[in-house]
Amino acid sequence: MSNPDSAVSSVDSTLAPALLSAHGLHKAFGGIHAVENVEIQVPQGRIVGLIGPNGAGKTTLFNLLCHFLPADQGRIVFDGQSIESLSAHTIARQGMIRTFQVARVLSKLTVLDNMLLAAPHQTGEKLGNVWLRSRQIRREERQLRDKAQTILECVGLSHMTHTCAGALSGGQRKLLEMARALMADPKLILLDEPAAGVNPTLINQICDHIIQWNRQGITFLIIEHNMDVIMSLCDRVWVLAEGRNLAVGTPTEIQSNPQVLEAYLGH
Amino acid sequence: MVGYLVSLAIFTATYALFSLGLNLQWGYTGLINFGHIAFMTVGAYTTVLLSLNGVPLVLAVLAGAILAGILGLLIGISTLRLREDYLAIVTIGVSEVVRLIALNEEELTQGTRGVYGFPLPLASLNPNLPLRLGMIVILTMICGVGVWQIWRWLGHVPQGADRSVPLRRAALGRQRLALGGYLLCLGGSVTALWWGFAMNTGFLGLAGASAIAALGCVYSRFSHPLKTASHQSWLTHSTIIAVNLVLGLVLMVYWAGVMGLYDYTYKAGLMWLLVVILGFTFWQLQRWVHSPWGRVLKSIREDEEVAKALGKNVFRYKLQSLMLGGAIAGIAGAFYAWQLTFINPDGFIPLITFQAWIIVVLGGAGNNVGTLLGAMIFWVYDAATRFLLPSLVTLDDARLGAFRIMVIGLLLIVLMMWRPQGILGNKDELTLGR
Ligand SMILES: Nc1ncnc2c1ncn2[C@@H]1O[C@H](COP(=O)(O)OP(=O)(O)OP(=O)(O)O)[C@@H](O)[C@H]1O
Ligand SMILES: [Mg+2]
Repeated sequence: MSNPDSAVSSVDSTLAPALLSAHGLHKAFGGIHAVENVEIQVPQGRIVGLIGPNGAGKTTLFNLLCHFLPADQGRIVFDGQSIESLSAHTIARQGMIRTFQVARVLSKLTVLDNMLLAAPHQTGEKLGNVWLRSRQIRREERQLRDKAQTILECVGLSHMTHTCAGALSGGQRKLLEMARALMADPKLILLDEPAAGVNPTLINQICDHIIQWNRQGITFLIIEHNMDVIMSLCDRVWVLAEGRNLAVGTPTEIQSNPQVLEAYLGH
Repeated sequence: MVGYLVSLAIFTATYALFSLGLNLQWGYTGLINFGHIAFMTVGAYTTVLLSLNGVPLVLAVLAGAILAGILGLLIGISTLRLREDYLAIVTIGVSEVVRLIALNEEELTQGTRGVYGFPLPLASLNPNLPLRLGMIVILTMICGVGVWQIWRWLGHVPQGADRSVPLRRAALGRQRLALGGYLLCLGGSVTALWWGFAMNTGFLGLAGASAIAALGCVYSRFSHPLKTASHQSWLTHSTIIAVNLVLGLVLMVYWAGVMGLYDYTYKAGLMWLLVVILGFTFWQLQRWVHSPWGRVLKSIREDEEVAKALGKNVFRYKLQSLMLGGAIAGIAGAFYAWQLTFINPDGFIPLITFQAWIIVVLGGAGNNVGTLLGAMIFWVYDAATRFLLPSLVTLDDARLGAFRIMVIGLLLIVLMMWRPQGILGNKDELTLGR
């Protein structure tokens, strides 16, 4: 593991084909090199972890991958297509949906509206169709409502369907954000610390859901500080430290990796 | 009196239309537009100048709306990708630029001398009885739908309230509300009667009185399901009284409109046309904002990063909202010109933008019914203080004007403290009425 880059590529090529892969990503904020020559591979149908000490550049890497921030350098391929020049909403439409480290819900909209918003390719999102295809829109809305209701039941928010999202607790917001991501029919969901600030029972619940959704064919990339979560969910873990790739491997490998231990405890 | 009420109604409806545009932009999309008057200016001048040169009025208005929309497009393309405060700065600048162009392009706009003698809609119309009756029927229908909207909104009020209120307290509240309803309907009826006789139209007064009485009864009925916490009950109470007053006012203006249409005058015709257009615009806007399209607008208002993360093209939606709001303001501009029958750049000062802001904030941002209500309250306030204040305080005209604006400011501050979401604004922004 002395040269993580080469080790990575060779290991991953034996796995399923990469749904998302990025090479040589750079991002600097003024003098701070938040992300430097970072590589990451997410194989199709897996749950991949991304860990690292605070300020390692994990969230920044997420922002680069979804083009919430433009990368200074680097290549990103998602689902066989190079996406580094696409805008954030186009990338989302192609099936890569992210959540935020601090959950962002539309607080004055109901939980249901938060969910409905996420549905992709809605007829009624085009103004012309609001005029011309009201019946189709109504039918679609009914279907989407049912779907949203099912997902909300799944995360245990179905009793709050009609409350406004601003009234949810922190953990509930995390759940809503995840449910919302799911509503968007994504191929890949990027979760930024889904377990942060969530009580242990709920964490287990969240993990179960993630596994369940993964079985349905959704790939996950998860940033998480809670090692139990990483251990129970992930097939592979990527470690960042100070903006660079530090290691990659199975969770057990990572836990016993001296470099990783040093990065976490060393300073 | 009929003439005055008709004029007041035209002003109110023009401002309502104008503010509906702003409400789409700010109330629903969160775009801070401090130069809304620019769209109105473009709409007014385009309509007037084109029609002076022989273009049919309908096409002239359409052209005005489209040009106003294009102005929105230009502003949007240049600023919407920047942070939101830039939009505020640019719009206020653009509105002044547009006014200065109107002032200095004398070849085109005749500068301060202004434009007059332009064609007016329905002015040369001399409708026969069936046509007039038809117009009255349409007006009645629109007013009916409007009242029904308010009624339906009221029907939704208790749903947002705390359901854990003990039945007894709810019942007590009901009694008080019912009492208020009867008192109001009594007072309203007497006023209407008095007004009718004072104007030598006893029939009208009688009809008004019975209508208000009917409203009062209806009011007492709908006060039945109200379940609000006691500390909220006075708010609900006063809201309902205000709504009741507004209903009475609508009724009064409606009768004035009917009278005006019956002995056809230009102003009454214009009012009719304006009400039709306002009704249509309102109806369309309601459809839009309750559609998935409107949901995206609201999500942009709440947090555009979320909209972006869910694959919505935020820029395009903002542009659409800005352009549509601008086009609506452009149409309002045409009516503004038609009621004044004379326009010059002095009629398009930034103050009007801020009056629209007052209307939107007052009524409750992100609520089209609220905007209509806000426009009404604004003009009733304007009319009332214009007549009442001089007899209450001894100030000269200039100071009186300043005083009236000051009072508005004070009212707004009080409103923001007690009800920051505006009169009809819904704190929870529930998916009501769908
Ligand atoms: N918008 C920004 N402007 C300037 N510096 C930034 C910005 N965003 C992140 N940084 C810097 O980049 C570095 C990496 O930040 P990042 O948020 O990616 O860390 P992280 O790995 O997500 O940490 P945590 O686990 O605490 O969430 C930090 O040093 C941070 O200060
Ligand atoms: Mg982070």
